[in-house]
Amino acid sequence: MTGAREAVADPDATELLALYEQMAVVRHTEQAAHDLFLSGLVKGTTHLAAGQEAVAVGASAALREDDYVFATYRGHHHALARGATPEECLAELMSRASGLCGAKGGSMHLTKASAHMLGSYAIVGAHLPMAVGAAWSARLRGTGQIAVAFFGDGATNIGAFHEALNLAAVWTLPVLFVCENNLYMEYTPIADVTAVASPAADRAPAYGIPGEVVDGNDVVAVRGAVTRLAGRARAGDGPGLLEARTYRHFGHSRADPAAYRPAEEVERWLKHDPLDVARGRLTGLGVPAGEVDAADGRAADLVRAAVEAAKDAPAPDPGQALTDVWADGGARWRT
Amino acid sequence: MADVTTYRQAVAEGLAREMRRDPAVVCLGEDIGAAGGVFKTTAGLYEEFGPRRVWDTPISEQAIVGAAMGAAMTGMRPVAEIMFADFLACCWDYLANEIPKVRYMTGGQVTVPLVVRTANGGGLGFGAQHSQAAENWALTVPGLKIAAPATPADVTGMMAAAVRSDDPVVFFEHKALFAAKGPPAPPGHVVELGEAAVVREGDDVTLVALAATVPVALAAAERLAGEGIGCEVIDLRCLVPLDAMTVLGSLAKTSRLVTVEENPYQGGWGGTLVSIVADEGFGLLDAPVRRVAAACVPLPFADALEREVVPTADKVVTTVRDLSTY
Repeated sequence: MTGAREAVADPDATELLALYEQMAVVRHTEQAAHDLFLSGLVKGTTHLAAGQEAVAVGASAALREDDYVFATYRGHHHALARGATPEECLAELMSRASGLCGAKGGSMHLTKASAHMLGSYAIVGAHLPMAVGAAWSARLRGTGQIAVAFFGDGATNIGAFHEALNLAAVWTLPVLFVCENNLYMEYTPIADVTAVASPAADRAPAYGIPGEVVDGNDVVAVRGAVTRLAGRARAGDGPGLLEARTYRHFGHSRADPAAYRPAEEVERWLKHDPLDVARGRLTGLGVPAGEVDAADGRAADLVRAAVEAAKDAPAPDPGQALTDVWADGGARWRT
Repeated sequence: MADVTTYRQAVAEGLAREMRRDPAVVCLGEDIGAAGGVFKTTAGLYEEFGPRRVWDTPISEQAIVGAAMGAAMTGMRPVAEIMFADFLACCWDYLANEIPKVRYMTGGQVTVPLVVRTANGGGLGFGAQHSQAAENWALTVPGLKIAAPATPADVTGMMAAAVRSDDPVVFFEHKALFAAKGPPAPPGHVVELGEAAVVREGDDVTLVALAATVPVALAAAERLAGEGIGCEVIDLRCLVPLDAMTVLGSLAKTSRLVTVEENPYQGGWGGTLVSIVADEGFGLLDAPVRRVAAACVPLPFADALEREVVPTADKVVTTVRDLSTY
């Protein structure tokens, strides 16, 4: 049995630099999505995860490739962390045929099922029971997989969160609940609408699930915590819950300027940027600044090329609107 | 095999046959295990298949259907029970936003082969929150298949088709029919979804019914035959896929249509069926279409009040009689 607080070895310089580069890819992708939205090439809405990269990248580093991931409408970082390319993500946002979901999903529904990233869901909290079901399925099939649901702090006040935690606990399922607490449920401070200080971690014990809080802007801390909880779940010791404290750099969605956030709070969090935290750790491991800059440059180049490729990609064939309702590929509902 | 069985036994038989055939089939729901279900529609499953195939859940409709969805996306064929169809409202997000949309909005990346079974309709005096005919709710959402059998053999045969379907199926079992008797399904019986059954032939009026309104329509047809009016009775069996061609084919003969629906007139399935007939079969009709549907009120408790609201053989007889002289 793996103890909940058993020490997890930190990543070495090579692995940490790779994690840094993954986070940089997310950061550049989100910046590109923001710019493309403002220039009119992304329609609808976007919910950007810039500032929250360490949660996705750190957790992903602690998972097996065949573990299941379920995310929210703020889910670009999770799709990217599980192997979606910036090009297929941005093409989806730009309504291109080459998009991750053939332009049928959009920003809020990025999904890469071939990588076991089973979707981004835009009804708050709805995917937590799904992750419970995927974990149940993994246990029934004896695969040793676990399932992870990432969700925001706002989801902790919806019924599905509570139903999911209880069922996962009573069935002792291999599922992790990872709350990205960015302090705001849309435009309202989560503390104004929640009676406990840690909206996820303080609720977990009521369901017999250990709740843990971690610095969500430290990719090493997230990786360590998820490694421990995943090991515990995989060993048959039941679900775990991690509340990762983090902060979004952009507003809630679209062009929200997030004027409801105090300036000193924004400044404090921007100084605790997950990329800077990782850079500090890399410096401590003796990695020269030039190598970190080079990783950032590769990420920027990758995303720049992705933007150009997505711009050049064709729009979807209109006929695709009437496909994929049913498993036979069609949409026929009557004789 | 007994030569007669009940509708409720046919549910358990249909599930058992599929569970024997395919180890990926698992059941979950409230009180479905050792208790055998509040309507005894899962009686014997726990004893035969054990706790790894038959899972009792808390009263958590969102978790039940959400977990079924997650399991269906990852290699299982779950059958979730929502005890009363009224309770679908507690997990409607999954029926409206998640299950029917996930395949489409991911560009076909995932498949959701699950069945949500539920006890539907009135007739047992359970009052407004345990007696609704809610089949029309599901009809409002593209992406759900909708089964509503009327006989024990169809229950077992349509359950086989529903469980084997790679698409999500909402399976409405009618409470007023649980004690109804009929021949059991023969071994290996499969009734494909989307095939209506002509359960009585006639030349004068087409009656289209579903689930508990099938026996109502048949009783009316029998009485009307005594008056020299020949009714053709069609059991739709499914709302999606909707077998409109069988209805249009019947109208080519009868030229008169009456729907018999337990769901409210307002938003009921007959509205969709009649709109197809108006679009594609207007020239077949010699008379206005009539819908005998539930009154647009919550279902009342007392039998004397319920009879006023839901379709009865008397109401069907009166409607058909008027229509036949049009």
